[in-house]
Amino acid sequence: MRDLWQGMIEAFWLIASFNADLYEIVLRSLQVTVTAVIIASAIALPLGAALAVNRFRYRRATISLLNALMGLPPVVVGLFVYILLSRSGPFGVLGLLFTPTAMIIAQIIIITPLIASIAHQAIRDLWASYHDLLISMNTTKWQRMRTLIWDARRSLITASLAGFGRAIGEVGAIMIVGGNIDHLTRVLTTAIALETGKGDFSLALGLGFILIALAIAVNMAIHAISRTERASTW
Amino acid sequence: MVASILPLTLTDATVRKGGKTIIGPMSETIGPSGFTIFMGPNGSGKTTLLRLMHGLEHPRGGSVTWQLPAAQARMKQAFVFQTPVMMRRTVVENIAYPLRVRGEAKNWAYAEAARWADIIGLGNALEQNAEVLSGGEKQKLAVARALIVQPEVLFLDEPTANLDGKATREIEGILLAAQADGVRILMATHHLGQARRLASDIIFLYQGQVHERAAAEEFFNTPRTPESKSFLSGDIVE
Repeated sequence: MRDLWQGMIEAFWLIASFNADLYEIVLRSLQVTVTAVIIASAIALPLGAALAVNRFRYRRATISLLNALMGLPPVVVGLFVYILLSRSGPFGVLGLLFTPTAMIIAQIIIITPLIASIAHQAIRDLWASYHDLLISMNTTKWQRMRTLIWDARRSLITASLAGFGRAIGEVGAIMIVGGNIDHLTRVLTTAIALETGKGDFSLALGLGFILIALAIAVNMAIHAISRTERASTW
Repeated sequence: MVASILPLTLTDATVRKGGKTIIGPMSETIGPSGFTIFMGPNGSGKTTLLRLMHGLEHPRGGSVTWQLPAAQARMKQAFVFQTPVMMRRTVVENIAYPLRVRGEAKNWAYAEAARWADIIGLGNALEQNAEVLSGGEKQKLAVARALIVQPEVLFLDEPTANLDGKATREIEGILLAAQADGVRILMATHHLGQARRLASDIIFLYQGQVHERAAAEEFFNTPRTPESKSFLSGDIVE
């Protein structure tokens, strides 16, 4: 209990004292995660729409695989990306290992199936009610997908936020591919892991509270901007 | 002179679902003018027949052919469903949608949509969420959304089912105006009164077949089959 109180005090003090290291870590966490969420959403949302609208031979198997990949172990993803980006790997020449870019790549791999799967569910339900109307209007498949993504946008924001929640709290993969290098690849989660390892539970808890507050603040901001609760059934 | 998609010809058209024949085999021709009403008891195939003609159902056997190729013919048709589908958009965006997917400029499409919204009495609700409209308003919006593309043929599947008298009268007024503008209307309905008010000719369906086809006056005054006689006298036809 004492550690908890001390953690809260530590968190408050870190924020109130404008600790430069803390703000650097927070900004890097946001930069890596937001970039990963934007890129993953750009891939996952059309993928979810395409799976809802198109009928093809291995559609069911693809959806099952996508659902299964939601539970992809981050450490395994980290290892996979590490091998690809290491000096001896196929993309070693790019020199991306132990950079924020490597962390973004790992996060994209982890959250794309999650966002795509949730998006597919939301768009599939909307497609069920729009199906006859859009076919009747002679829309192309591309127009159908665009319409469904736009009209399901509020549900899709939730899908992207789920991806954000998973990415911002991720530690295993980004520790492997980022290396937790101070002033370069250290983010909130890897900093928490480091301070816990050092036995500084107060600081680790303080960072943890900041991480939670950050995740809640981003979610609330997105909901406020997108007015998810103001448009009744939308 | 714009080429007409009519007549529509059904040749031994058959629709089967779950091993059961819903329609046909049916051979009929739908000519270029009039207000045709499809009547018949529940399960007689009214909705399926409209969907078949519009291309939402594919014939298991036979064919459904328009005067123009199917893709061109589809562009000159519109369909109003029994339960209006409201897109998660505003009133003006809903009405303008068919024009936007046809590549029309946004400003022009929205101006046209606003004009149609005025016609159906929703001129003051342009920016309102269409999903919170009343049942009658939704159906009027659906009719406007269908008519905005100036279809040659308009299909309506019981558009006034579940609506009150006022909304029904308003929709009938819009449909009669559309017919006067040259729109060929093919509509399914259960309401005998509505059929009497609107129809130029009646197609009476029974067990997936055209049981009787006649001019409206002739059908109502001198029905030829026992089933249509029973239907018109209010008896239960199974």
